[in-house]
Amino acid sequence: MNTDPCQIQLTPDGKLKHFLTTEGLSKELLTEILDTADSFISTQERDVKKVPLLRGKTVVNLFFENSTRTRSTFELAAKRLSADILNLDISKSATAKGETLMDTLWNLEAMYSDMFVVRHADSGAAHFIASQVTPNVAIINAGDGRHAHPTQAMLDMLTIRRHKGQIEGKVVAIVGDILHSRVARSQIHALKTLGAAEVRVVGPATLLPRDIEALGAKAYYDFNLALRDCDVIIMLRLQKERMQNALLPSESEFYKLYGLSTEKLALAKPDAIVMHPGPINRGVEIESAVADGPQSVILNQVSNGIAVRMAVMAMAMSGQQSMQQQAQQDSQEEDPV
Amino acid sequence: MKYLHIRNARLLDPQQGLDDVLDLYVAEGQIRAIGQKPAGGTIEETLDAQGQWLLPGLVDLSTYLNEPGYLQKGSIQTETRAAASAGFSHVCAQPLTKPVADSPAVIQLIQEKAATAGYARVLPLGALTQGLDGDQLANMVSLRNAGCRALSNARQPVKDSYVLRRLMEYAATYDILLFLSADDRALSASGVMHEGPTATRLGLAGIPETAETIALAQLLLLIEQTGVRAHISQISCARSLEMLADARARGLRVTADVALANLVFTAREVSGFDSRFHVQPPLRGEKDRQALLTAVNRGELAICSNHQPHEISAKKAPFADAAAGMSMYDCFMPLLLELVRKGELHLPAAISALCHQPAAVLGLEHGLVQGHRFSATLIDPQAVGGKILSRGSNLPLDHSELAGRVEATFVDGRMVYRRQPG
Repeated sequence: MNTDPCQIQLTPDGKLKHFLTTEGLSKELLTEILDTADSFISTQERDVKKVPLLRGKTVVNLFFENSTRTRSTFELAAKRLSADILNLDISKSATAKGETLMDTLWNLEAMYSDMFVVRHADSGAAHFIASQVTPNVAIINAGDGRHAHPTQAMLDMLTIRRHKGQIEGKVVAIVGDILHSRVARSQIHALKTLGAAEVRVVGPATLLPRDIEALGAKAYYDFNLALRDCDVIIMLRLQKERMQNALLPSESEFYKLYGLSTEKLALAKPDAIVMHPGPINRGVEIESAVADGPQSVILNQVSNGIAVRMAVMAMAMSGQQSMQQQAQQDSQEEDPV
Repeated sequence: MKYLHIRNARLLDPQQGLDDVLDLYVAEGQIRAIGQKPAGGTIEETLDAQGQWLLPGLVDLSTYLNEPGYLQKGSIQTETRAAASAGFSHVCAQPLTKPVADSPAVIQLIQEKAATAGYARVLPLGALTQGLDGDQLANMVSLRNAGCRALSNARQPVKDSYVLRRLMEYAATYDILLFLSADDRALSASGVMHEGPTATRLGLAGIPETAETIALAQLLLLIEQTGVRAHISQISCARSLEMLADARARGLRVTADVALANLVFTAREVSGFDSRFHVQPPLRGEKDRQALLTAVNRGELAICSNHQPHEISAKKAPFADAAAGMSMYDCFMPLLLELVRKGELHLPAAISALCHQPAAVLGLEHGLVQGHRFSATLIDPQAVGGKILSRGSNLPLDHSELAGRVEATFVDGRMVYRRQPG
């Protein structure tokens, strides 16, 4: 368990073998993910959308927490790579019967799967699973607690790059509930590595985690100030529970202070784009006219999501295979019978 | 009279101003002489302790023996043996057992099992509230009469300040000593580690310092009001030390301790979601660690092991789901002496924090003094490679390279632990 969460996802020669977090990955590797995803976008526009990269492989969607949207984009991505896919909704089955996470994992390993796509409510769950399963299973983090949601962050990077040409030099504001957001954390790491000029996190002190600036982001309480010179505005979803937990007085007061209205949007650069990981609360984080307006790229994010997930699945599987080949070669050299 | 003769050991007892290579003679459980052999009698056994240190036995103000009820984690037999192998002659066992140690029957059971095991002496802490529920007062006087030197709620929350006030008043009526921990559950409830940059980076819910300091302020004010004899268990924050110093300056007689883990590690250890470092109270920042070390060096803070052994599966889970606690006995002495070697902890202060201060809190006769009961530990400060004796698998690190090994431990003149060669 004493493995660095960033290093555990890489093969000895620096290729991706799991995808757990954007933190600690090099600019080259993140760019490779984006380039690979770009190439898949063109295959998605064809009549026959399947490519055979994961043919014969079994991917298990291991969702300990419900998420129809993320799960279906992973399912679609796996199918377009020609993998066999098994959807396990663990939130309703095994753990509810008292089975521990370790028991569940041992059972799944016995099914000879090649890849687990993991969504779990605990921070560090994907990292934990990666450190416990047999070495040949690739783990893709589909969201762990408040820690990371790296595929969502990378699809956002892809969206920014496709609309703005590059991420280098851009000013990006991430707005709303940063405290509970795994997406925000993964975005901050990716944006910093890819050379964004400034990453601003915007919200009241109750929703900004302590020492967030240690991650390289700049904290803003004033949305108007934070919007100045912004190239990209990322609005986060606000959960209703936050109102019951003494974090916010009301949705209406939050909207007044941090909701993205047409007037607020005018404070950013004229060509600024508006993003949201979804699902949107219209009138809570964002005005409908902005969400559906010309600067919104929210729907593009969804289609880019499939390409990014295809990219990391293909790359992690290839990293696993090169490691297995290396291991086979090594054992042949040691044992020349 | 038949003597046990320990020769060539460096006798270390800062309370007595003792730091010298001297002979020591024990008979009938007592130290009969330091230096010259008393007239008459014969030497039954001689221990040559060349290059070793002889300290008063360490007294642990907090340990979890897990019996009755949690034998998969440890038993009185395994954990008191591990304690003796770490140099502890006396250990205060937290009442977190199943059933909870809230009745004389459970206390008696623990005492009997401990006596049968015959390793470190167990001083059971009675539960402060029934079933540790934090609400209904336990039968404090019965527990005291059953042999509990102090009562504790084993870091479980007390319902509110009303219950806290009443249980202190009741304890004060009968001069019962309380071990209290400072933890405001409303602030710490969902937290699993120190609130700071590491928690933010990992997305783990944080425990702010105020969870400790607010609760400590409440404890200190109520201790002052009720006049109860109280000891604060496992302080973790620098700010708490200032508050304790203020309280003492106003004349309040309150003592406190820190778990060794908080002197050795900081929250940064959690960086890789390492569940071994999931502990209560949480490991804090470097400033806190430095302030705690300073307080120990000044003689203001005792050290406890807060030993909490767990089975492998209890820690094999994502960080938040993994059980809190660290198995300390098997690495206690090397970790302690490493702090001394690095100059972070002064040896006399460390001995005081582990021997005299806890003995004074509990009212135990202690120290390398002629006429005192002989409870002591013999340490080889250079040797490496102690055995793993605790049932707990949750050691914080591989200590096999760190020097500092207990060779023998004595309780009331009897050698209860002697390292087996090999």
